[in-house]
Parts: sequence; C-alpha cells; structure tokens
Amino acid sequence: MAKSSHMMKSGQSVASQPANAGTGVSRRVVMVGGLAVAVTPFDGSLATPAGARTVFFIETYKKLVGEKEPELRDVTIEILETAENGNTVPFTVNVRSPMTPDEYVKTITLLSTGNPQAVVGTFHFSLHSGRASVSGRMRLARTQDVIAVAELNTGMLIRGETNVQVMIGGCGG
Amino acid sequence: MITKPRIKLPDGAKVGDIIDVKTVVNHVMETGNRKDAEGKPIARNIIASFVAKFAGTEVFRAEFGPGISANPFVSFPMRVTGPGQLDVTWSDDLGQSLTETAILLVVIE
Repeated sequence: MAKSSHMMKSGQSVASQPANAGTGVSRRVVMVGGLAVAVTPFDGSLATPAGARTVFFIETYKKLVGEKEPELRDVTIEILETAENGNTVPFTVNVRSPMTPDEYVKTITLLSTGNPQAVVGTFHFSLHSGRASVSGRMRLARTQDVIAVAELNTGMLIRGETNVQVMIGGCGG
Repeated sequence: MITKPRIKLPDGAKVGDIIDVKTVVNHVMETGNRKDAEGKPIARNIIASFVAKFAGTEVFRAEFGPGISANPFVSFPMRVTGPGQLDVTWSDDLGQSLTETAILLVVIE
C-alpha cells in the first residue's frame, strides 16, 4: 500500500542557505521540497508540503545511500495514511525477498523526512529470519514522508516511500 | 528505567514455520529534544539497542533512534528450527540492560 510521493531528484542541489541566518529562522525548519528551495519561518503549523525534507534528513540520507537514489521497488511500508496522534504510529515494513543464502535482505533502515532525527530505526535480519519484515511504533513530528531503505546481501539498496498526514505531532513538540 | 519486558510466541509452531515474535517493554524513550519547565534540555535516554538470540545465536538485531515511540514494541520474523530458548535484550543510553527469556515450544506432527 505504498503510495508514490514526490521524491528527491538525484543531483538536485540542496542548500541550507545562510541567507536565513539573519531572519531568526532556525535550521530545524528549513525545508526543501520538490525542485524549489523554500525557507519559511516556522508558524507552528504541522502542515508541510509533500516531498519536503529537513536538512537533517538530507544529510543522513546522503550518508546512507551515497549519490545514487536507490531504486523504488520491493519495499512496502504499511502505515496509517492519516495519523491522529503522532506519538505512536504503528508501522510494518516488508521487503520482497526469498531470504535464501544467495539472496537476502541484510538491513532495513526506516527514515522520517520531517522529524528532528532522520533515522527512526535500523533493523538487521539473518538467515534465521525467513522473511524480511519488521513492525513497530514510531513518532511523527508532523505530516511527512516515511522512507524505508533495504540493503541486500549484494550491497544493492532499494527503497519504499509513503506519506503520512499527522494531526497532532509527536516527538515532544 | 527498562521495566515489564514481554515476549509473545505463537502456540503450535512447527519446524519450518516462520513465526512473528512480538516484544514490548516499558521505557520513556526520552528523545533529547524536549526541555523541562525551566527551559533546560532533558537529556536523551532511549533504548538504543535491541538484540534477539535463539539458542544462543543472534537472529535479529535493531538500533533504535528517538523516533521509536515510548514503550517500544517490535515484531520480527523467525524461522522455527526446533524448540529452544529465546533471549531478548534491551539496552538504554544510561547503560541499563534487561534480558527477558521465552521458551519456544514446537508441535511434533
């Protein structure tokens, strides 16, 4: 049930411009969405445009995947489309894989594009897993995209993405 | 404080099945982003590490970030190789560690 959403174009330049230094805009609220770089003062609203990414996310994501955007395939994220309460949102990440010694999923990294910290969790599988799936409960500070990146035994990375509308944000404000 | 660890294993598992192991533990999962009434930051204290071993062999491991909710619940898959002991260990930023044990029983056909 992963929905497609606006993805970051590879090679897109993302700048946390020092232009906002004098405006009292904190680094935390600099969002980069689509192709436009939008620097907006935080107005307390939880609504952020689909495809928006925090600077934290962009830095973390680049470290995780390098320059090449992982292919969008075989990774599904089951999560509410609309979460009433961002403090505890159940999720399940599934990766389609036979989980044999020749072909298995090593790790799933779950990322949030709009939380203060981008990595929600890293989950390591083994040949004893039998299946590459994990469920848990996550915090969502605001409406945002949730991305799961799976690392295969070959070192290849694949990903899944979905968007969650959040009514009341979690993460302690 | 890590308290009240719980592990749920299915009844009637057979060798070769892939079961879901459900775990939950009580913990505040303090993100480190919040401030107290005086405006001082509250130090981060989350369960950062989760390790599951079956019959002494690691079968699943996770690192949590502050984005995992309080009282973390995790469900992970495991292929049944036979009856045995499952040990799950949670460790937090303050160095506290807690291990809970569950016994997997297997139905013989």
